[in-house]
Amino acid sequence: MRSFLLALTAGLCLLSVPAAVPAFAQDTTPPAAETAPPSGLAKVIADNADAISRPSRQTIGPVVDAIGASGDPGTVTFLQAWGARQLGLRKSDGAIFRLSPSPEGFALADPVTGADAGTAPKSDITEIKPNAGVQGLIASALVRFQLSDPDPAKRRAALDTLARRGSAENLEPLLESIDDEPDPAIKAQKQRVAGLMTITHGATPEARIAAIESFGGDMALDFRAALNPILATTRKVFTGAPEGNVAAELKPGQSGFSAENAYAVLVADGLAPKRLTRTDQRAALESHIENGMVGGVPVAALNDPVQRDRAYTVLEAAGDVPAAATDDEVATLVAAHRYADIYNEPDSAVTDAARNALKSVSVKVGAMQGLDLGLDALSLASIYFLAAIGLAITFGVMRVINMAHGEFITMGAYTGYVVQQHITDYTLSIIVALPLAFAVTFAAGVAMERLVIRYLYKRPLETLLATFGISIALQQVFKNIFGTQARPLTAPGWLDGAWSLNDIVSISYIRIAIFVLALIFLAVFLFIMNRTRLGLEVRAVTQNPSMAASMGINPDRINMLCFGLGSGIAGIAGVAIGLFAKVTSELGSEYIVQSFMTVVVGGVGNIWGTLAGATLVGFLQKGIEWFNPSNTLAAQTYMILFIIIFIQFRPRGIIALRGRAAGD
Amino acid sequence: MSALLEVTGISVSFDGFKAINNLSFEIGPAELRAVIGPNGAGKTTFMDIVTGKTRPDEGRVLWGEKSINLLKLNEAQIAREGVGRKFQRPTVFEDQTVTENLMMALKARRNPFSVLFWRPSGEDHARVAAVAKQVGLGDQLDRKSGELSHGQKQWLEIGMLLAQEPRLLLVDEPAAGMTLAEREQTTALLVELSKTRAVVVVEHDMEFVRRLDCRVTVLHEGSVLAEGSLDHVTSDPKVIEVYLGR
Amino acid sequence: MKPGFIAKNPSVLIFILILALFTLGVTLLSNAYGTGFVSTSMVKTLGKTLCLCLIAIAMDLVWGYTGILSLGHFAFFGLGGYMIGMWLMYARTREIVVSSASGALPMTPQELNDAIASQVFGVVGSSQLPSIWHFAGSLPMQLLFVVLVPGLLAFVFGWLAFRSRVTGVYLSILTQAMTLALSLYLFQNDSGLRGNNGLSGLQNIPGVTAGQDALSVWFLWASAVALGLGYVLSAFIVSGKFGSVMRGIRDDEARVRFLGYSVETYKLFVFTLTAVIAALAGALYYPQAGIINPAEMSTVASIYLAVWVAIGGRGRLYGAVIGAAFVSIISTWFTGGRVPNINLGFYTINWVDWWQVLLGLSFVLVTLFAPRGLSGLIDLIDGLRAPKRGGDPLGPDDGALQEKEAEA
Repeated sequence: MRSFLLALTAGLCLLSVPAAVPAFAQDTTPPAAETAPPSGLAKVIADNADAISRPSRQTIGPVVDAIGASGDPGTVTFLQAWGARQLGLRKSDGAIFRLSPSPEGFALADPVTGADAGTAPKSDITEIKPNAGVQGLIASALVRFQLSDPDPAKRRAALDTLARRGSAENLEPLLESIDDEPDPAIKAQKQRVAGLMTITHGATPEARIAAIESFGGDMALDFRAALNPILATTRKVFTGAPEGNVAAELKPGQSGFSAENAYAVLVADGLAPKRLTRTDQRAALESHIENGMVGGVPVAALNDPVQRDRAYTVLEAAGDVPAAATDDEVATLVAAHRYADIYNEPDSAVTDAARNALKSVSVKVGAMQGLDLGLDALSLASIYFLAAIGLAITFGVMRVINMAHGEFITMGAYTGYVVQQHITDYTLSIIVALPLAFAVTFAAGVAMERLVIRYLYKRPLETLLATFGISIALQQVFKNIFGTQARPLTAPGWLDGAWSLNDIVSISYIRIAIFVLALIFLAVFLFIMNRTRLGLEVRAVTQNPSMAASMGINPDRINMLCFGLGSGIAGIAGVAIGLFAKVTSELGSEYIVQSFMTVVVGGVGNIWGTLAGATLVGFLQKGIEWFNPSNTLAAQTYMILFIIIFIQFRPRGIIALRGRAAGD
Repeated sequence: MSALLEVTGISVSFDGFKAINNLSFEIGPAELRAVIGPNGAGKTTFMDIVTGKTRPDEGRVLWGEKSINLLKLNEAQIAREGVGRKFQRPTVFEDQTVTENLMMALKARRNPFSVLFWRPSGEDHARVAAVAKQVGLGDQLDRKSGELSHGQKQWLEIGMLLAQEPRLLLVDEPAAGMTLAEREQTTALLVELSKTRAVVVVEHDMEFVRRLDCRVTVLHEGSVLAEGSLDHVTSDPKVIEVYLGR
Repeated sequence: MKPGFIAKNPSVLIFILILALFTLGVTLLSNAYGTGFVSTSMVKTLGKTLCLCLIAIAMDLVWGYTGILSLGHFAFFGLGGYMIGMWLMYARTREIVVSSASGALPMTPQELNDAIASQVFGVVGSSQLPSIWHFAGSLPMQLLFVVLVPGLLAFVFGWLAFRSRVTGVYLSILTQAMTLALSLYLFQNDSGLRGNNGLSGLQNIPGVTAGQDALSVWFLWASAVALGLGYVLSAFIVSGKFGSVMRGIRDDEARVRFLGYSVETYKLFVFTLTAVIAALAGALYYPQAGIINPAEMSTVASIYLAVWVAIGGRGRLYGAVIGAAFVSIISTWFTGGRVPNINLGFYTINWVDWWQVLLGLSFVLVTLFAPRGLSGLIDLIDGLRAPKRGGDPLGPDDGALQEKEAEA
């Protein structure tokens, strides 16, 4: 009942604004007048059925306005159905219905209330298909409603649509809706979108400049996206001085604009004929072969470009082929014109403002990109640190190169995978997997130390080769067990997503977690080394094994524990790395060389050295990638080259033991 | 008599510990000198500096008539200049025969290409045999030096030093691990050698030093404590204090 | 060579004899020149194995004799292959382009070049001939590059590394990094060497009409000659005082320095020379393999090289040859699926899958229990017995031989 009253009021309002009602509205008799007096939107629809069913961009404007003005709550659904081509006209009485497919043809529904209105065979219905232009008009009419929709979610959605592709006609309704907006967050967003739209669609240059300046040094992507089209240019040719809003005048021969480029512009503008390409010349010559000669030159001699030119000139003189521009002609033509990049935006004040705004933004953006790069590098560094810390223990403390370290990382990752096969809760499975991976790789490390490495102490090169043997054996075993395809190791849901400071700086939670994990490892390592009996004994064995042995420390036991510890940490690193990398049998070997680099660059026998090494390698790799983002392979190549050269100057790494204690 | 080796004011420190502190030293072209001092006095570090293994933080090391700055040369170049060194522990190439060890040490051109095409002449064989005989290894020429006894290795190393024909010999504790008879033989050899070249002997054993009967330099805490004849330095109260304790 | 050389190194004569008999035997059993008992693909495998023996000798010189565990020699091997591959591919493509030219006019040099470039580089989406291919049309120039490019790389790298006295495992890691850098570089499409596609069709020799049957035997001969020459050269190098110095550097390089030898120069000399030998081996290997790509130059390959030498027994040239031949032929046998599977009831061991495991473990066992490798067997045959000694190294350096490893 209430809706009926509302519709009635709306209808009265409509009548009181005769200008909005098209002239032909009066002479159509309401078709359903006998059953229920049409009013409000239903009346408008009935009145304009003809225009609605055969919409065109020219005639539809007033109708859309009338529908919009009706104020009926069904307006939005009606407009949506219209725009989505869901309406149809019943041929028998010219009534409009919302259609949906049904066995009999179409199921009909009232376009305003959505009430069921029976069915109709296909032959009785003309589907209403507004074209794209009309759809646009309908959509912008919709926007006006959506912007003041009682549901905040709908208002937000409408704003998002506007921010993505708002047109000039949306600006007005948007501005109008700002004052009545109850939600402060949406209000701010509306003001922002209005500002952005004013930059592009503002009525006067002054308004647009004011809008640009109102953003100050805002770094958001949408602001820059609004500015960039203003600064778009087109390359044009002029016989006299360049006209229009000139961005830059180009002199042929300057860098980035050769005479060839200039001529190409002339050709594109139709001011000059295309140059004769070698392919065209060849085709022309081929079609004029007579008795083994072309233009008096034997075919056999035509493998020489000079001879080809000569033959072509002869043909040209005879008028057999079109004249080709000579180099002189090209030069003259190029010199006779002036070239400039012209802004598509005619108003220079606007382009100046946009340029200045972009410039001040780009400085800030640069700084933020630097920060983002720093975060990326930090995260990479913590991955390398995690991968290398176990290696640093075995290599630094025991002077043993463990080529199978990478396989221990892989082993940890596979442990995580197997755990997830049995425990479906991701959070729980990771909590179980971390200590389990440590245990598994610790055991593997101890086994390897007991069975192989302890016989090879003081023979580091043999150790390298023997552990390499273990490495290739393990890798193949993994392949045989788990196959060659990547296995999933899924992070818990709370690690999905990313923390972002603004449009530029963001970092995924997994990477933050890895960074935290690296810090924990550092702390644990420092604690063990400096605060426990084990650490004391390890340091003693490192510095002087025989002296330590004579003090009652069992170096065998210490070596075994060290190796187990180093391997166990590799296992945990494996779980962490597996969360964001593909878990394959080659996972570890992808990190092994970088891990070695980290240890070598950092300096042996010192956890701070490993930290410094990981930081250097991580930042270096990201830095090089930044110079050449498309090519990570090249970045790795250059990084390794840098490290080789770095070793020249600090052969013992960043933090080196000095003096006689360092030994050789 | 101008000095063959002139070491002036060298200092070197390892992580804050001053191993050599403003040490100066001089030896003539044909002189025998014994260097003594308690453990940690800097004897080995001093030799490391002269042979180029360790770079001093400050000071000068000048060599020969042309006063060449040894600090600018590397170990190999210093050795080629004529500084030979015998290590405390016998270091010979155990995988190679006595002949091969001596041939390698034999004075000849040292660059790779000359060495590659170098084949021993009869004269070289004779020289190797002579040196081997001199150090008592005349009948061991074809044995692997790894199979020799400790004392024989010491002798082989001395033999290699002789074959090198150095102008300055730095000998680190030659008597260690030798029998009494061998010690006497060593003493005689060193004294004999010092007639034609400079010999610096680092030794702990006072008895051995007494037999050498030469000038003695006493090192203590990285600098020269006393210098002179053995009797002179042993009567020096500072030396007595250092050796016998306070 | 002086007359005494062969007398002092009887193994050289025996080696050459065995090599000659082997080559003759394979020739007489080949498809092209004999009974056809040995298939052409087997002849190729044998020819490739000879090349691997040659690079193993190079590795033995650098690791077994000089104590430098280089993990970069397969990079030089690959570079040699690339250098010859550039000519093979360019010249072969030129033949194809010329013979299939459709136009009525003869091609200009530029057109020919463009056509070759788009044939060769179409696969990486380019039609420009990179500047490093400038001399690809000239066999003598590319042959020169086979020697020059790896030689120069080894020289520069070695100069940098040895100058700063990087030794032991540090040096190994550094050479490993060099190999990785090179292979990563070659993996890029814009490296100018066709990225991960590598160079292919190398088995067709431009200007040669003979079939693969004959070609394979010719390459076997060439490989045998190269191996023979390489062996004699290496035996010459290690037999004299130079060999003494090399072994001295391996066992105690500081002592060698105090004898007045510039250890760095010697290492550089050996490193560069062996790099060139490796490159020549590669230049002979890849025309027989037919294809080369950056994956061949992985660090793993170089470690395999060390494995061959160790399995053969390092510090003796024939050991390296035996190791390389044994492992690569056994490996072909196992990975070719010709070894019967073992059914354990609950699991069937398929050797194609498990061969790698067997190799890895047997390598560990060799390192632990048979430091003299397979050539220990030769000593047994020789009736020589190593005196019982402890397992101490013969010198303080990382690369020093262990007593058990040394020849008796």
